[in-house]
Amino acid sequence: MDGKQDDIENIGDDHLDSEKKYKMIAENVSVFYDDVEAVKNVTMKFKERSVTSLIGPSGCGKTTFLRCLNRMHDMTKNARVQGRILLDGEDLYAKDKDPIYHRRKVGMVFQKPNPFPTMSIYDNVAAGLRLNGVKDRRILDEIVEDSLKMAYVWDEVKNNLKKPAIELSGGQQQRLCIARALAIQPEVLLMDEPASALDPIATQKIEETITELAREFTIIIVTHNMQQAVRVSDYTAFMYLGDLIEFNETKKIFTQPKNELTSKYVKGQFG
Amino acid sequence: MSRQIPFSKRRLPTDKIFKISAMVAGSYVLVIIVLIVFQLSSESYPIWQREGLAFLTGSDWNAVEGRESFGAAPYILGTLVTASLAMIIGVPLSIGIAMFISQAPKYLSGPLSILIELLAAVPSIIYGLWGIFVFRQVMLDWVEYPLYEVFGDNVWIFSSAPFGLDIFSASVILAIMIIPTISAVSREIMIAVPQQQKEAAYMLGATKWEMFRLAVFPYAKTGLIGAAILGLGRAVGETMAVTMLIGNATGPSAFPQSLFQPGQTMSSIIANEFIEASPASLHLPALVGVGLILLLVAICINVVAHILVSRMLKVREGAINA
Repeated sequence: MDGKQDDIENIGDDHLDSEKKYKMIAENVSVFYDDVEAVKNVTMKFKERSVTSLIGPSGCGKTTFLRCLNRMHDMTKNARVQGRILLDGEDLYAKDKDPIYHRRKVGMVFQKPNPFPTMSIYDNVAAGLRLNGVKDRRILDEIVEDSLKMAYVWDEVKNNLKKPAIELSGGQQQRLCIARALAIQPEVLLMDEPASALDPIATQKIEETITELAREFTIIIVTHNMQQAVRVSDYTAFMYLGDLIEFNETKKIFTQPKNELTSKYVKGQFG
Repeated sequence: MSRQIPFSKRRLPTDKIFKISAMVAGSYVLVIIVLIVFQLSSESYPIWQREGLAFLTGSDWNAVEGRESFGAAPYILGTLVTASLAMIIGVPLSIGIAMFISQAPKYLSGPLSILIELLAAVPSIIYGLWGIFVFRQVMLDWVEYPLYEVFGDNVWIFSSAPFGLDIFSASVILAIMIIPTISAVSREIMIAVPQQQKEAAYMLGATKWEMFRLAVFPYAKTGLIGAAILGLGRAVGETMAVTMLIGNATGPSAFPQSLFQPGQTMSSIIANEFIEASPASLHLPALVGVGLILLLVAICINVVAHILVSRMLKVREGAINA
């Protein structure tokens, strides 16, 4: 495994230099829905403890690509994934790999807040822990509190942990979902337009949360909102019609894009 | 510069005719229900007058003139016992079938759904014929006798010598008959659980079973209960196959005591005796009285089931911010 890790380190990428390791690497990933190729041969590397934004017009394949990263496509009946996705050098799609094991390491937050509606706030956060056999009440209490704090929603809910999760506001629900994902201590957090269903204030809170989380986690976020990409992310990838057009530090993508399409998109001339 | 558009005058008379005919068609449903209840009530009036509420609790069933005495309790109980047993056997199986179909790949789930719906369309008499000529013997040899041999001495529900035409056979046939209904509706309901809920469970590293436990069952609980009750409605009203298999006891001996003993349900006693019941005696009013009880039970069950199922299907996407 160490050898593999070294190989990956050596795949040079001049624009992404820092001492951080690559947490996750997608190699030649293509996704097909039946015969339609939605993601075309995308290769990308994600540094640990960084935030990467995926931007691009609707239908460019960014969400489809994101869902490859924790094998969410396994459940889509007509989807097929090609290529390799490495998490710390291990291929998620290797034959002997159990997707369940990896999903526990790669958390996900969805576009619409999706707390379990019949469960309380506490039970929502504890759901993943209980699933993994944690029964000790003390440990549960501790992790639930930590997760809610990390997701910046603790102060708002600490007095009604028994309340049904659906009674929270949309923004609170989304941060609850982040807490639920964090509770099982993932290493990578995928976010699919986590703020698109929220108002500006809730969006701001989510963005602050993301910035804070980036100290510990590798975050990959799909967004339609270019200002958001600028605000929260270290790296930005621009996708168009299934192709990865440009991938660079966020600052460079938005100030001196190399590709003309990228330039037009970030200036708001199409998309 | 406006153009003249040749609007025709609205033809109010035809509108009115349409409105009236639509109302007539709509009220048909209500009228039929009211008429049936009224008819059943008035036809059974003599028996209520004679027996009063004892009709619900009594167990005599004597149609001989002069010594007439009627009580529907064994048949009410018979219906409750067979329907409950059918539910106990049928509901878990149906939920399992629905879980499988909702998860199966397309080339399996499509044909299976169609097959299940076809099963629901098999006429009850066919199940009855199969039951009496094939199923009865199989049950007798492979299930009833072994149970009797092992538990007969100690467990009262297995205590009488099996015959094949008994409460147990009737209940199992009923279970087979309600499985298509329950599994078809349950499948619908499981599919209606938003994908986001299922993905939330998978995201936490759930297996398929854990996904059902975490996302599907809590979300779909009311709907699944509704589906089961819909099956109960069918089990309670089902006549033909039950009549052929239950053994048709009457009077006090029809009280369900052991599963391997002949019994009688509300619908089977009507099917068995209506032809010989004379309208002049109390026999026919008694049968109609049983029919009235059956109808009221069936209506209640169906109303509850429909409320639960439709509430569930309505929530669909909306539940998140409800």
